[in-house]
Amino acid sequence: MADIEDARVEDAGIDQAVDKLEPARIEAVIRRVLGAGCGARLKVYLQTCVHCGLCADACHTYLSRDRDPDFAPVAKVKETIWEMVKRQGRVSPEFIKKCARIAYTECGACRRCSMYCPFGIDIAYLIMLVRRICALLGVVPVYLQDTVNSHAATSNQMWVQPDDWIDTLIWQEEDAADELEGVRIPLDREGADIMYSVIAPEPKILAQLIANMAVIMKVAGVDWTMPSLDGWDNSNMAMYSGDFEVMGRVERLHWERALQLKVKRVVMGECGHAYRGAVYDGPKWLGWSKPPIPMVHAVEFYYELLREGRIKIARKIKEPVTVQDPCNIVRGRGLHHKLRYIINELCEDFRDVSPRFEHNYCCAAGGGVINCGPPWKLSRLKSNRVKAEQLAATDAHLVVTPCHNCHSGIEDIIGYYGLGMHVTFINELLVKCMDRGDGSGEVER
Amino acid sequence: MSGIDGWNWDAGERRVVELGVLSSFEQVHEFAVSPDGEKLAVPVVEEPGQVRVWQNGELWSEAVERAWSLRFLPDGRLVALVRVDDSWTVAVDGQRWEDEFEFAWNLKFSANGRSLAVQVKRGMKYGLVIDGRDWGAEFISMRDFALSPDGKRAAALVQVEQLAEADIFKFAEGVWSVAVDGQPWERRFINVYSPVFSPDGQHVAAEVRLDMFEYSIAEDGRPWDAVFGTSWAPCYRSNGKGIIAPVRTPEGWALVENGKPVWQGRYSQMWHQRLAPDGQRLAAVVSTAYGRWTVAVDDRPWPRTFSDVVLAPRFSPDGGRVVALARDQGSWLVVVNGQPWPGRFDMAWEPEFSPDGRHLAAKVERDGKFQVVIDGHPLPRSFDMLWSPRFSPQGDKLLVRAVEEGVYKRLVLGLEQLARA
Repeated sequence: MADIEDARVEDAGIDQAVDKLEPARIEAVIRRVLGAGCGARLKVYLQTCVHCGLCADACHTYLSRDRDPDFAPVAKVKETIWEMVKRQGRVSPEFIKKCARIAYTECGACRRCSMYCPFGIDIAYLIMLVRRICALLGVVPVYLQDTVNSHAATSNQMWVQPDDWIDTLIWQEEDAADELEGVRIPLDREGADIMYSVIAPEPKILAQLIANMAVIMKVAGVDWTMPSLDGWDNSNMAMYSGDFEVMGRVERLHWERALQLKVKRVVMGECGHAYRGAVYDGPKWLGWSKPPIPMVHAVEFYYELLREGRIKIARKIKEPVTVQDPCNIVRGRGLHHKLRYIINELCEDFRDVSPRFEHNYCCAAGGGVINCGPPWKLSRLKSNRVKAEQLAATDAHLVVTPCHNCHSGIEDIIGYYGLGMHVTFINELLVKCMDRGDGSGEVER
Repeated sequence: MSGIDGWNWDAGERRVVELGVLSSFEQVHEFAVSPDGEKLAVPVVEEPGQVRVWQNGELWSEAVERAWSLRFLPDGRLVALVRVDDSWTVAVDGQRWEDEFEFAWNLKFSANGRSLAVQVKRGMKYGLVIDGRDWGAEFISMRDFALSPDGKRAAALVQVEQLAEADIFKFAEGVWSVAVDGQPWERRFINVYSPVFSPDGQHVAAEVRLDMFEYSIAEDGRPWDAVFGTSWAPCYRSNGKGIIAPVRTPEGWALVENGKPVWQGRYSQMWHQRLAPDGQRLAAVVSTAYGRWTVAVDDRPWPRTFSDVVLAPRFSPDGGRVVALARDQGSWLVVVNGQPWPGRFDMAWEPEFSPDGRHLAAKVERDGKFQVVIDGHPLPRSFDMLWSPRFSPQGDKLLVRAVEEGVYKRLVLGLEQLARA
């Protein structure tokens, strides 16, 4: 039985669109997607699944909701795409409404379940198919759709105006220069080694992270730049809404901007889904088997700077610290050892989570779930009690979250479950701990 | 500065300016070099909040709080975006425009450099100024713009109606349009992208999003009848009669003209279509299979494909050759008519044809040093900094603008002499 509170959530993006749906249109869209769109892959997955249910224990929503079978990955598939296939698209508007709730708010496409499937079925792919169908039908949670609209109109996810972007970089450069003499954020520096790209919440609400990176770049002696024009945002919620056309446009502009600037690689800030969009889903849709030039996640970048001695640590964080392994850079890229190397360099008392690495639980915010916004917040928090328990077991005071979705999601969980912890990006710890070469880098916590 | 014919094409090497003196400044920002190679300029920080532009050893008389986007125009004027007393404007050869703005950015100029345009913000509204003349129109947002070939007109992507927070329904009705000389098209669209003027500057085409999953091309606000899964930037034929764009069809990416297929081939991807100077032949970047990239000329892909990326192709002035930069297995190649030049590079810049089309030169980077490659042969000398080489009007000489051992130098090399060497 689905959570009755979730079923009662009002979301104009879903409810009003469903009211206008005609069965014939639903059938046509489903047939189109199931026909040309997915073919053999879907068929293999559907024919291979033996309904064993081993995926259930992998899912944070299932575990957090007292093992309610409705929240098992297999159930989410059975209740959505299987029915569409079985009924050859002849499903009702109400059915689509249920599909949207399940696909957008009860699954974050974190892919943990695929590791527990004896056949390795990519269940998240099946959920993404459901999202694609919902998107084509215009049935998308309102806040997620608004984010996608922002991507489509502005190429960034938070309606950041072009002048606000540049102004923020200038302002952050000036702030950073107050901290460390000579710090710059070079704009449009053609031929720099690195283009640094971020996600829109950084200029919008977390601008200090950009100043921090400017300080890090200065200390490490990196030849870098940031673009002044659209294409600076590497995030991509269209990937998660199912609007792959907008996803492709956003990713293309990001890579075109890097190619115009003649940089050798792109370093991105601490975000997981953006890594997935820029390295996997975006390039794939555009026809690239890999990004046209290398993309380096912040975790890989910090690791590189520390290993090569370009940044030295002056003092370590004393209070107990734990970590959130972001799905898209750990399960998706295997950065967990590099992540722990960095944390151990920065922190005296690191307390690892269990389970960890690629087996870690999702934050329940990624995959577009947190972007579904306030209507679904309670549902999201109820769906990750298991994460709260996992973090509480470490007795840490600080949770390192090298991903914006994880950062926001874990912060919400900490508040809802009263864990008394704080979240932090690595970037924030690094500027406190590193030797800046000017006698600073002192920290007491 | 006079036109390219009037540049000094006497063969030889000249030390234009020593750069060691720049060490007296607190910061030295990004260099710019004039097209004729006679001048080098850079914003320098004298102290925090006090920036001047340094040009061949001379400073602009006025200090500003910030100066960026410094560049020489094709006609040799030096332009920058500057901030004074927290207001932004454009400075040309050290003279600020009279008008000031809350913000000014995205400088663009015409091919001859005589027209200069910039996006501006004033009173929380967005507009555009060309050569100091304000459009007057003010929009809720403006993302980008295109200039007409003569630089007198502009077409901008504008938001014409306010959206309440998360108002996805109003958004779907369309609140975006293209404003030409400040006047928005009557019709609104969900989105508009990539505006471009016709060669005579009388018409504007752009990508338009008609429905959430339907895209087309519109000219002067009127969309084609044909709709597509999505599209990329359109371009005009030189006669202005045809608009050509890559579009996504169920069979793959296609090249269409005025909505109808102009190429029969269908590709995994296609963009950056370019016309030959005769306005007939067409080249475009295409993906022939997943992860394989090349250039197709008149619908015939080069046999050689590349793994990473291929940049926009360019026809020679006589239309006989096509060149494109390609990244393959992690390094850059210069590819002419499908055949890569010898050598792989850490970076390569867009090559330049000689006016007669016989020669081709490019700036490349290898191991942190920069070189000029002519017709596939690298010059033996490498530099610390280098700007893309320029051919003389007769195509018999090459202008090299470079920094070597702390000195900015201007070199004019005779191609015959180079060939003998």
